[in-house]
Amino acid sequence: MSEPRAIVIGCSAGGLNALERLLAELDTALPATVIICAHTGSSDVELLCELLSRHSRLPVIEAAEREPAHVGVVQVAPSGYHLLVEHDARFALSVDPKVNFCRPSIDVLFTSAADAYRDTLIGVLLTGANQDGARGLADIRRQGGVAIVQDPGDAEVATMPQAGLDIAGADYCVPLNDLAPLLNRLCIR
Amino acid sequence: MTAAPDDIEIELFLRALQLRHGYDFSQYAPASLKRRIVQLSHAQGLRTVSGLIERVLYEPGFMSVVLEGLSVPVSEMFRDPPVFRAMRERIFPVLASYPQINIWLAGCAHGQEVYSLAILLEEAGLYDRCQLYATDFNDAALWQAQEAIYPAREAQLWSRNYSAAGGEHSLADYYSARYELIKLDQRLRRNVIFANHNLVTDDVFCEAHLVLCRNVLIYFGDGLQDRALALFRDSLRRGGFLCLGSRESIDFAPSTRDFTPVDAKLRLYQLGHKNG
Repeated sequence: MSEPRAIVIGCSAGGLNALERLLAELDTALPATVIICAHTGSSDVELLCELLSRHSRLPVIEAAEREPAHVGVVQVAPSGYHLLVEHDARFALSVDPKVNFCRPSIDVLFTSAADAYRDTLIGVLLTGANQDGARGLADIRRQGGVAIVQDPGDAEVATMPQAGLDIAGADYCVPLNDLAPLLNRLCIR
Repeated sequence: MTAAPDDIEIELFLRALQLRHGYDFSQYAPASLKRRIVQLSHAQGLRTVSGLIERVLYEPGFMSVVLEGLSVPVSEMFRDPPVFRAMRERIFPVLASYPQINIWLAGCAHGQEVYSLAILLEEAGLYDRCQLYATDFNDAALWQAQEAIYPAREAQLWSRNYSAAGGEHSLADYYSARYELIKLDQRLRRNVIFANHNLVTDDVFCEAHLVLCRNVLIYFGDGLQDRALALFRDSLRRGGFLCLGSRESIDFAPSTRDFTPVDAKLRLYQLGHKNG
C-alpha cells in the first residue's frame, strides 16, 4: 500500500462510544484526513460533532459539500444525505434513495472514497447492527486500500464487523483498544 | 497515469448520451453520477456500463429509461421544516406587497416541494396572486408531479413536517387516501405551470420573485452550479429571494456575489438590497 492519505470509518449501534475511544487516541500529527459515516439515530450532526470533539485530539467538523477533505481533521457525514468523495478529494452530498435502509450509507462513502483514494485509503468498520459498509469495504480492498474490521467479539454489536469479514474480508481484525495505535502506525512512517 | 476501465466506460456513455440525444451530463458531480449510472446498468441486468452504451445508441425509447435513472427524484413534503417556516414568516410578508407573484421551482422532480409551497401560500392567502412555474428536465417526473399521487406510507412523516413548518390545519385536509396511495387536492395546482426546463442548457423564461431549487445543485460540478445560480440571479427581480437546500455550499460560485443572506444557515438569500 502507498502512504495512506485518508481513513474512512463506518459504524452504527454502539458507534458513538467506539468513536469516542478511537478518536481520543489518534495521533495529532496524523498526516491523513478522517471521514466518518455513523448511523447514530440522531438527526443532529452538530451535536454528534460536539460530543466527539470532547474526546477527540483532532478537530471534528461536519463534512461540507464542495469543501476539500482536510488532513488532520475528522469530518462527519451530515444526517439525511449520502456523503461522497470526488476524485479531487472534495466532498459531495446526495439525497439519492437510502442504501441498506440508511442515508448516509457507509457503502456509498466507502465506494466513492475507494474510487478517489484507491491504494491510499484505509477503511474501518466498527460496531453496528446492520450490514451497511461491507460491500464498500470490499471496494476499498479491490482498489488496493487497506480494510480494518473491529473484532466482532470485541464489538458492542457484532453484525456490522462480522458482515465486513464475511463479505469483504479484512487486512486487520483488531479489538478497539488496538485500533488507534494501528492507524497511527500505518499512517505515520 | 491511465484511467480505470469503469471510468472510461462512464466517459464514453456520457459522450453517447450527448452525441445521440443531446443531453449533457458531463458537468455533473462525478461521484453521484457514476453511482447512478452503475445502478442503472445493474437494474437493466447488465454487467458493465458498456452494455448501456449499445442500448442508448440503438434502442428506441431507452433514453427515457436513462433520464429516469439519472434523475432519481427523491424528496418529501416540507423537507427541512424550519426552511418553510422561515419562508412563511420572513419572505411571504415581502411577497405580499406585490399584486402578482411569480415563483420558479427549478428541478421540481415529483412535485412534493411545489405542493408544500402551494399549501403555505394558500394558508397565507397569497395563492391566488401567485403563478408557480415548476420545471424539470425529466418529462416522466413532471407527469408524476402533475398527478400528485404519492405512497401513503409517506403521509405520517409529511404530516409531522407540515406541522413543524407552521401549517395551520392538518395535512390530511389536502389529500384523499385510497389503498396505499394519497392524492393531493388538485386545486393546489390551479396556478402551477409544469414545464420542461434543463438547467444545463436552457435560459431565463420568467421574472421571478422567488426561486426554489433545493438539493438539485448538489449534483452539479462547480461550473454547472455557477451557471444555474447565474440563471437564478438573472431570473429574479431585484429584492427577489432564492432558497437552496440546507447543506448546499455556494462559496465556490462567483455568481452568488449579488446575493445577500436572509438566513445563511437555512440557505435563504435575497438578490441585491433594495426592494422594488
